[in-house]
Amino acid sequence: MSSILDVLWLLIALPLGSAVVLLLAGRRADRWGHYLGCATVAASFVLGVLAFLALQARTDRSVEETLFRFLGVGSLKVDIGLLYDPLSAVFVLLITGVGLLIHVYSIGYMAHDSARRRFFAYLNLFVAAMLLLVLANNFVVVYIGWEGVGLASYLLIAFWYYKPAAASAAKKAFLMNRVGDVGLALAIFLMFANLGTTSYSGVFAGVGNLSSVTATTVGILLLLGACGKSGQFPLQAWLPDAMEGPTPVSALIHAATMVTAGVYLIVRASPIFNASPTAQLMVCIVGAVTLLIGCIIGCAKDDIKRVLAYSTMSQIGYMFLAAGLGGPAYALAILHLLTHGFFKAGLFLGAGSVMHGMKDQTDIRRFGGLARVMPATAITFGLGYLAIIGLPPLSGFFSKDPIIQHAFDRPGWSGWAFGGAALLGAGLTAFYMTRLMVLTFFGRRRWAAASGGQLPEPKESPWVMTAPMGALAVGSVAAGFLLSNADALSNWLAPVVGAPVESVAHKLEPLTVTWSVLGAVMLGVVIAAAMFARGTARSEPVTANPIVLAARRNLYADVINEAVFVRLGAWAMRVLVFVDSRGVDGTINGLAAVCGGTSARLRRLQTGFVRSYSLTMLVGVVAVILAFSLAVFR
Amino acid sequence: MAHVPLFSLLIAVPLLGVALIALLPRRAEQLAKPIALGAALVVFSGTVAMWFGWRTDGPRFQYPESYTWIPQFGSAFTLGADGIAAVMVALVGVLVPIVVLASWHDAEPGKHSVRAFFALVLVLESFMLGVFAATDVLVFYVFFEVMLVPMYFLISSYGGPRRQYAAVKFFLYSLVGGLLMLASVIGLYAISSNQLGKGTFSFEALLSLHIDPVTQRWLFLGFFIAFAIKAPLIPFHTWLPDASAQAPIGVSVLLVGALDKVGTYGMLRYCLPLFGSAAYDFAPWIIGLSVAGILYGAILAVGQSDMKRLVAYTSIAHFGFIALGVFAFTAQAGTGAVLYMVNHGLSVGALFLVVGFLISRRNSSLISDFGGMARLMPWIAGVFLIAGLSALSLPGTNSFASEFLILIGAFGAHKAATIVATVGIIFAALFVLWLYQQTMHGPLIPELAVTDSPARLAVRDITRREVAVISPLIGLILLLGVYPQPVIDVINPAVDRTLADLHISSGR
Repeated sequence: MSSILDVLWLLIALPLGSAVVLLLAGRRADRWGHYLGCATVAASFVLGVLAFLALQARTDRSVEETLFRFLGVGSLKVDIGLLYDPLSAVFVLLITGVGLLIHVYSIGYMAHDSARRRFFAYLNLFVAAMLLLVLANNFVVVYIGWEGVGLASYLLIAFWYYKPAAASAAKKAFLMNRVGDVGLALAIFLMFANLGTTSYSGVFAGVGNLSSVTATTVGILLLLGACGKSGQFPLQAWLPDAMEGPTPVSALIHAATMVTAGVYLIVRASPIFNASPTAQLMVCIVGAVTLLIGCIIGCAKDDIKRVLAYSTMSQIGYMFLAAGLGGPAYALAILHLLTHGFFKAGLFLGAGSVMHGMKDQTDIRRFGGLARVMPATAITFGLGYLAIIGLPPLSGFFSKDPIIQHAFDRPGWSGWAFGGAALLGAGLTAFYMTRLMVLTFFGRRRWAAASGGQLPEPKESPWVMTAPMGALAVGSVAAGFLLSNADALSNWLAPVVGAPVESVAHKLEPLTVTWSVLGAVMLGVVIAAAMFARGTARSEPVTANPIVLAARRNLYADVINEAVFVRLGAWAMRVLVFVDSRGVDGTINGLAAVCGGTSARLRRLQTGFVRSYSLTMLVGVVAVILAFSLAVFR
Repeated sequence: MAHVPLFSLLIAVPLLGVALIALLPRRAEQLAKPIALGAALVVFSGTVAMWFGWRTDGPRFQYPESYTWIPQFGSAFTLGADGIAAVMVALVGVLVPIVVLASWHDAEPGKHSVRAFFALVLVLESFMLGVFAATDVLVFYVFFEVMLVPMYFLISSYGGPRRQYAAVKFFLYSLVGGLLMLASVIGLYAISSNQLGKGTFSFEALLSLHIDPVTQRWLFLGFFIAFAIKAPLIPFHTWLPDASAQAPIGVSVLLVGALDKVGTYGMLRYCLPLFGSAAYDFAPWIIGLSVAGILYGAILAVGQSDMKRLVAYTSIAHFGFIALGVFAFTAQAGTGAVLYMVNHGLSVGALFLVVGFLISRRNSSLISDFGGMARLMPWIAGVFLIAGLSALSLPGTNSFASEFLILIGAFGAHKAATIVATVGIIFAALFVLWLYQQTMHGPLIPELAVTDSPARLAVRDITRREVAVISPLIGLILLLGVYPQPVIDVINPAVDRTLADLHISSGR
């Protein structure tokens, strides 16, 4: 009997096929292209649900499917193979579910773009690559999907390629991701060199045989890959620039799915990280540092999408922190990833709706009072806002609170440091999100003043956009409770990351942590509301304290990158170009000139007179005889 | 299968085409084009037949032929192919018809001889097939040298403004290498007449020699320097940017895509099995050069202002990967290296051709004469992107499989070198995306921004002939990106045997 679990490849093939059709059909497909794009993702979603139900009905919750041999040389055997287990099942639902909503939204959002068909082709390509990434059963196929989503991200950031900022942002994203990809590639080489395999099952079974140094190295290399894809420190600088892409892209790729691939990779490779406490500590440090960086910069930004981008960075920092804590926190990382997928996608779609109403204005200092004119956007955005700051009983509360709890539970000084960072982050999140909410939807209508009454009153977006926003808002409200109730998600993921165990002794009482978090959140909300209830200046004040100035400049990440990599690289390039043309080629050309000169001089010897030749011969013969005699009679 | 003299036919068919072209009256010289295309397509069909008749579990050399040639020297005109040669022959078979079609208008009547151009391309094809199909070292050497002649004339007669300089430079470089190789070939002959009682050039007979390590080093160097110039590895590379920038586009494709592969092919097929001990002695140095070349070529590529020179420098980086694979001495890396030779031929071919499309529209190969072109030519932009992604070895394109095999195969024995080479993939992304952004992205350059300007009207999207030229390459780039295993199955047995010979002749 053939079951859905035998044809998992269809999940990937449908959107991939659609992408190919849309790209090859050209303008002929302009009228129906977006429908095909949505339909194939919808079909994948339905298949994903069916597969999920089929997996639930099985006792062994893991299905492997080998499609064909990709590379086989000697002991290296790499198949294009799929693994469908609880972890990939959850991701399939997230990618196709949220993906479908964003596809539908894009019909409206991109309605006036003449290249809408191309947009849907790239979106479909992304969905296919992302599904391949999470369905892979070995590290090479993960790598293929990993770079595939990178390509889709590049294409979509550069969708408006005629804008120089968009073109540069796309290139930057690809390059910084490639730095991470080097880490992932080297991790694969190391696995093969030590274990002779790249498959999950083989590698995870052999982790026990690895020396601790090797396990740590593999873990850190995987972490480097994860940092690149997920916009984590020190490879975070590309993510805010990626906001140059159309807003649905920011919602799907740079918030809900692709940037969480790093979290997926770490959770998937949990056996490796479990074998190396050092690597786990590194993951925690990256997560904690990034969550603070994201919060701090998020407080200082005035572009609605950039605030959300830094917020994404920071929330993924929470997921990394959880993944680094390990044990029961693996499931928490995924839980936060899912709830974040809902509320952050919803927030981005809301931001897109605002931009739609405001003629592509993104500066929150020019918004204000939009709740009245865009009520549906305000409500859905508001629910996402309440979810992200972690107000009970919305979903962010159920996923963020236990992460902070577990961070404190980590033994020793690091528990206090990570817990403290996460707690501080929660307060800062509340601050910058409240600022964003208040400045956009409440207070004076600064847009009316800005245009001197010229700008027509913004209108609410069409239902094709607000309906997906509504669906995501429902998820933002309910997903956290539903997934964490009775440890539903933890139990479901138990076959992959281990059964949930209640840690015996908490360092801090759960209620203490919860009340501290809520206190920090309230503090953030109140301060932000008090500061921004009456609006804000339309331009940045020139003087500010150093922290604010640094935050506005992205904590100097771009300055450092520019100074170290761009300047140094350009300098090295110029030197090498000079060396190559003057040094290497010059030597050769010089040699050629010497040869030419010598031959010109030699030519003069060829006089054509027999007597001079014979004289030369005589000299030669005498010389040879002399040399001989010296050698023999020495 | 053994009864068809396949390789003689493949070598003869282009020459037959040359004879037909020579017989053409002057007023019918345009007929040279269809004749050349026809001959190239016949050769292509022959390579397809070879491909489908190939037995992956068959003897080492398939389709063997042997004719008496110079019995006094113990040299016979023997042909045949192992898996390594077979894929190279197939690459030549694929590339030449594409190049003929791409060069359709590159030798305009009046300015240059149309007949000579297409005849030279066919002669070149014939000699390239000969060099890959030779199983006698002297036959290999003769083809290796004589290959220069048609290439010299193609560059010097049909190239850009500095074509004479570029052609002479190419010729001298190659000649120096060839002379060193000749010395080694004679050395091999002398040793064989000592050890076997009768001198021979037969590759299989030479494999049985026992050469002392010191002699091996000298003979190895003679071959290796010739190949390193041809490939080219740094510091022997500076002829390549000049030659490929001055040559007409189709000739650049053949030069970098196929002819240069003789260098890395020769390292693997001749240097390793014949001089194993020397190969082991020199491997660390050569790997160092290769890895340096990966970074050096990539960084210099970014520093170029001319698209053709840029592509040439990217090739230097790619040849670094291939040489790393050859001298890593593992089955994965060696197989990856051969696969990379094929893949690089396809992807650099596509890249040069697209650059040619661009040049033909602007009459300039300077990057600064382009900008924002994606808006005017979306199809060419798309094709350019795929060729570029292949050059940066994105998974899903052909180059990924080969690069991955080389790196994973080299990692075990040469960790530091492999790590540096892996960092090279960042630079590969840099030069491709930089070129793409400069030419395709951003706003249109001012000259093209005016709607009805002559410059703007000259810029049109892809033509039917260009579709026919580029689509086979794009198809193969994607096909081999998804399903490379059939090609690997052909290459791998031959690489295994070569490495076995290496271990025997190295005595380790």
